[in-house]
Amino acid sequence: MCCAGREVALPAGALVSYSQRGTYMTTIERQGKPTSTLAKLGRIAFSVLVLVGVFFVLWVGFIFLRDSNAPQGIIAIIAIVWGVGGIALLFWVADWVINRTSVTTAKKLQPIIFVGPALLILAWYLFIPTVRSLYLSFFDAQSKNFVGLANYVFAFTDSKMRESFMNNLLWLIIGTGGAVGFGLIIALLADRVKMEKVFKSIIFMPMAISFVGAGVIWRFIYSYKPAGEDQIGLLNAIVTFFGGEPQAWFTMPVWNNIFLIAILVWLQTGYAMVIISSALKGVPSTIIEAGRIDGAGEFRIIRSIIIPFIAPTLITVSTTIIIITLKIFDIVFTMTNGNYGTEVIASMQYKQMFRFYHYGRGSAIAIVLVLAVIPVMWYNLHQFSKREGF
Amino acid sequence: MISLARKRQNKWTMVVNIVLIVLVIIWSIPIIGLLISSLRPQDDVLNTGWWTIFKGDGDFTLNNYRRVLGGSQATFTDAEGNVLRASGDNLSQAFINSFTVTIPSVIIPILIATAAAFGFAWMVFPGRKLFFTIVVALLVVPLQISLIPILRDYMKIGLTGSYLGIWLAHTGFGLPLGIYLLYNYVSTIPRDVFESAFLDGARPMVIFVRLVLPLSVPAIASLGIFQFLWVWNDLLVALVFLGGTSDVAVLTQRLANMVGSRGQDWHLLTAGAFIVMIVPILVFFFLQRYFVQGLMAGSVKG
Repeated sequence: MCCAGREVALPAGALVSYSQRGTYMTTIERQGKPTSTLAKLGRIAFSVLVLVGVFFVLWVGFIFLRDSNAPQGIIAIIAIVWGVGGIALLFWVADWVINRTSVTTAKKLQPIIFVGPALLILAWYLFIPTVRSLYLSFFDAQSKNFVGLANYVFAFTDSKMRESFMNNLLWLIIGTGGAVGFGLIIALLADRVKMEKVFKSIIFMPMAISFVGAGVIWRFIYSYKPAGEDQIGLLNAIVTFFGGEPQAWFTMPVWNNIFLIAILVWLQTGYAMVIISSALKGVPSTIIEAGRIDGAGEFRIIRSIIIPFIAPTLITVSTTIIIITLKIFDIVFTMTNGNYGTEVIASMQYKQMFRFYHYGRGSAIAIVLVLAVIPVMWYNLHQFSKREGF
Repeated sequence: MISLARKRQNKWTMVVNIVLIVLVIIWSIPIIGLLISSLRPQDDVLNTGWWTIFKGDGDFTLNNYRRVLGGSQATFTDAEGNVLRASGDNLSQAFINSFTVTIPSVIIPILIATAAAFGFAWMVFPGRKLFFTIVVALLVVPLQISLIPILRDYMKIGLTGSYLGIWLAHTGFGLPLGIYLLYNYVSTIPRDVFESAFLDGARPMVIFVRLVLPLSVPAIASLGIFQFLWVWNDLLVALVFLGGTSDVAVLTQRLANMVGSRGQDWHLLTAGAFIVMIVPILVFFFLQRYFVQGLMAGSVKG
């Protein structure tokens, strides 16, 4: 699925509640032999040696992969085996080392093997960077001099940045509204016909396409040739067929944003539809029947019974797509590169970092993005803490 | 009375079907147009709309594909049988690069996430709740926050432009969702399954490899497809951590470059876009069931 949707919103509670679940402790009974301090030290030294050895072997492999001139395919296969095997080997060696320690130590260290690698990587890649970006955001382009809030002043007052905020707001409202709206309509309609699966599959398919691929598809649809020539872009062909003037869609202020957002709607409607559709299956038919017996029409049933029932799902889907729209990057980057008034926050951040090498401003804009998702984060944590059993 | 009601019902079903068919056509036209254009000769693509083939005129050719897949010197034959040479876009190399980046970027986070999920679900250790709360909080943190700090680390230790660097980056960015999804699954494995294993004196690592991994296959499949599509379709992480060098560039990077350098060469752009799309679409059609399950687990089931 197009880079989207990995950041997720948790569903409004109560759908699943975990029962209070006991956790166990490891109960290994090993025949402990009395050992001398020297032997203990020797064992520890040997374990450390093995660990260092494994790291060394992996590092040599890495250097070989980085500098070797072997054919592409062979490098690829070795890289895959080395990468995947390396991780498995590290797990195995860590387990081996820990089980050479005493029983009680092994018991205490056991969770570290399982949870430790994940926590280390999360700390390195997401947790600490948030703090570091916050720190960098108070410094100048080269991260040398403290500049106070200057980068934030830039982030909120620069004309391009203000344009980005307005555009992201457009993305958020129209993109989310469009995808969820179409998703809901199609889910409701498809629920009532025999060919449901086929229809849903086709609507869902764009989910598998990258933003870049979708960008090319839609650039072609929007492509423009001067009046009088045969139009090869579908949209202009339709316009000229009805006697209109061909338009260069990407240079039309404000509207060009809508044309870009249409791509997101095309991609994300399938996601919204699939999730909403499964929620629809969960609406008890008895309530709907009761509504029918009371003489409610189809629209009334949808409005008064079905929508309230699936409201938590609608919220979840909306928040997930809202997050996607907040950090929308690839579509704008490949389609207009932020020109003609289509700039967005994530693309501004990319440009500050890699075009102007202004790490202070780039970091400040990234922090602004984090601030924007904090409500969703709070909501997720709230949903999570409501669930019992952790 | 009854027949009248049924007639009304039939009429409504027909209207619903028609509306759906219209929507489905709108949704599939972009892809159909792309596929048709990628198979038409250069002159046709650049001068007439792809829909004109339905009038019956126009040829089909694989030359566009030969050219975008070919290396610096792509050789192909034109309609008159002349052998032409032109600079290709070397997407075949990018294709291999994409696989090299994607396969470990899917397997490594799954291994680490499953291990962590097992630890969180079935082990007691101090800070367990705090750490898992942090994982849930990190679910929504935009990866943009990490680009500058991680790139600085990579420059210090020489990981920029390397496969290891991008695998680890995708692992880091994919872990919160991975741990979260797998935790939901692993924590529902019945307690008895583990108990007997423990009574037999099995170590946690043995239980993990022999029981948890095999039992979690459905969840792992869903997460795997999700992560596969995410990594394969990613542009930003590749741009930042693989850099611009062409010998490691992945498909999305190459396609983005083609858009820049061949902005109006629609015969090549459409072929290139289709090559970038083909693997995810195959995955999507053959493994749709798992994919949908993964989506559900990610949002509805929670």
